[in-house]
Amino acid sequence: MKKTLMLLTIMIFLLSIFNFSVLSANKAPEKGEALPIINLPVPKNPDERNYLGLSGSGSFKIPQIKTKVVIIEIYSMYCPYCQKDAPGVNELYRLIENNADIKNKIKLIGIGAGNSSYEVEIYKKTYQVPFPLFPDKDFVIHKACGEVRTPYFMVVKINEDGTHQIVHTQLGNYPGAEPFLELVLKASGLK
Amino acid sequence: MEKKKFARILLIIGTLSIFVSVSMAFAISDAYKGNIYQPGALKPVDSKLKVKVGDPAPNFTLPAISGEKISLVQYRGKKNVVLSFVPAAWTPVCSDQWPGYNIVKDIFNQYDAILLGITVDNIPTLFAWTNQMGQLWFPILSDFWPHGAAAKRFGVLRSDGVSERALFVIDKKGVIRYMDVHDINKRPPLEDLMGALEKLKK
Repeated sequence: MKKTLMLLTIMIFLLSIFNFSVLSANKAPEKGEALPIINLPVPKNPDERNYLGLSGSGSFKIPQIKTKVVIIEIYSMYCPYCQKDAPGVNELYRLIENNADIKNKIKLIGIGAGNSSYEVEIYKKTYQVPFPLFPDKDFVIHKACGEVRTPYFMVVKINEDGTHQIVHTQLGNYPGAEPFLELVLKASGLK
Repeated sequence: MEKKKFARILLIIGTLSIFVSVSMAFAISDAYKGNIYQPGALKPVDSKLKVKVGDPAPNFTLPAISGEKISLVQYRGKKNVVLSFVPAAWTPVCSDQWPGYNIVKDIFNQYDAILLGITVDNIPTLFAWTNQMGQLWFPILSDFWPHGAAAKRFGVLRSDGVSERALFVIDKKGVIRYMDVHDINKRPPLEDLMGALEKLKK
């Protein structure tokens, strides 16, 4: 009985430490680092699956996206700056998609911090967001990313050997589609 | 004996730390820069409701940021009303609640509903705070003086003088049709409120 109680106690204690260290990273991911572990569901929409170069169902990790660079926006439908920047971020998607040289080299995704699937759909519909958005209802990804304020941009370079690193991060201050694309091209070495 | 005591302390710390780590989940928009005060994890609910679904909603008259005075009764026979009490300006979850409602005016219209945002803060504070949210389409009311009187009538005034994070849906007859006195540390999912509005149609 005593042993069981002791074991249970240690397990709960370890679990709580695990909770803090893994689920709530205490700092935002930085340039030069790898992404924290982020599992996203393979989109049900075939156009979105095709855009990301994914197939099947289940989950995927961001470096599995078939491209050289991924721009991740951590946003929320409840965030005024994300709302204000939404048309400009859509414009970034269009700039990339309309440029044959970079179309398949840069992909854009959004992760809705604390947003349910319903809330993600509201945001997508309100701002006609043309790129894939993913819910993070229970803040799991948001916590793994150091509970950054929103919008938070991360530019990730995926290497030939499957490794990856963050080449740029930015809290807010979205400068508009063209300057941001320029920044992404330079930071990732595509230019 | 000592081991047992140590084990107990560990058990308490471990259990508490789990609660702390799961009960404070929120995102903060960069719109507020570094101006959001962090109150830490709070007791989820700290008041006793004085109304229930099916009751007539108690009336109140409160000043709005716009300068007008708004009474609940003025919507009787005209609009369904959603009351969104939030605890306080310049705090984490509250700051990321109304901006979301601000982009779904069309859905509120679809249900012939008006939204009234209420806190116990005074008008100048509410003015400065909501200015960071962009142009809000719904009235923001101050339940500052007599302090928390409207919240008190519904039974959502907490013991420290702020209100609960509570939603009430009141139909055109002035009857309460839905209530959600939510965990103060968390934002209510939008789909729950919209589901309640959908039910008004039936």
